[in-house]
Amino acid sequence: MKIQEKGKTPFLLIIFFLFLLLVGINAGEVSTVLETATRICLSCIGIG
Amino acid sequence: MLRRWIQVIATFLSNSYLLFPFTGNIYQGTLKSFCTPGLNCYSCPAATGACPIGALQNFMATLRPGLQAGYQHFGLYVIGTLGLLGSLAGRMPCGWLCPFGFLQELIYKIPSRKFAIPRVLSYVKYLVLVLFVFLLPFFITDEYGYGITWFCKFICPAGTLEAGIPMLLLKPELQSLIGILFYNKLFIMGFFLVWMVLSSRPFCRTACPLGAIYSLFNKHSVFRMTHDPGKCAHCKTCHQNCPMGVKFYESHNDTDCIRCLKCMNESCKFGAISYQIAGSKESSDQGFKGKAVARGQ
Repeated sequence: MKIQEKGKTPFLLIIFFLFLLLVGINAGEVSTVLETATRICLSCIGIG
Repeated sequence: MLRRWIQVIATFLSNSYLLFPFTGNIYQGTLKSFCTPGLNCYSCPAATGACPIGALQNFMATLRPGLQAGYQHFGLYVIGTLGLLGSLAGRMPCGWLCPFGFLQELIYKIPSRKFAIPRVLSYVKYLVLVLFVFLLPFFITDEYGYGITWFCKFICPAGTLEAGIPMLLLKPELQSLIGILFYNKLFIMGFFLVWMVLSSRPFCRTACPLGAIYSLFNKHSVFRMTHDPGKCAHCKTCHQNCPMGVKFYESHNDTDCIRCLKCMNESCKFGAISYQIAGSKESSDQGFKGKAVARGQ
């Protein structure tokens, strides 16, 4: 029984994090990541 | 050998924007919408993806003003991405895909006296994750409610090496802006570079917040290591060869295991180490033991 539960855990985690990922995409977070990653943040890399 | 090639390819793919010497700028294409599986600074002139830790800090740092402005951006896209990778393979991206992990392995090959890392230091990375990636960017804010990316700004040696120094070379006019912040980061980078010669993967083991996130999934991921106590001779060869100092025979899905499979393919002669994918066990008999038999050893 315990082995069966342990076998299910990764798939429950996958479903949970897939759900979070889709919520994030739906909320427009992809464009926020793109915007952040395409700007050079000088203070972030220790300059300025 | 396969892992080494995958590390080379992953490092190249994460840093394949080779036009930066001509454009004088970082890559700004749509690939940067995607998070890289490893620690790779997105301000690196050659970077083609977004560093998940940098992106996560940015979400935390802008969460308050974002909520006030009606945006509900909690960083779920990044958390979802990392959670999915972790659920599938645990800390495997550290061992196979992370450019900074690869660099540490190469530097460790420099001949010198080698030192073990005390186990207690492996808990520091969780402190770094909680404090520098989540709490400080969220709670310490300016008058407008914006926080700063504490880990990137004060700690990340990958950022200094991949972005800080290259940007100074690419844009010499920035050299006038160098101050104590940069010298602090240079010191941290230098400290870790020296430590990388003396100890195996010191940054991964003690300070990497990305490794800390993946490590939480090691015991519950689809890909898991398995140990057969009946075949194990407790020779400790796996421990001696492990780049993360894991005692496999005591904890075969240890939070520090990066699933590099060095223990299975290059250490265990007894077939005691194998892995399973979704509960389906793969035998290690074709690994080191099989090769040794084939060689007549």
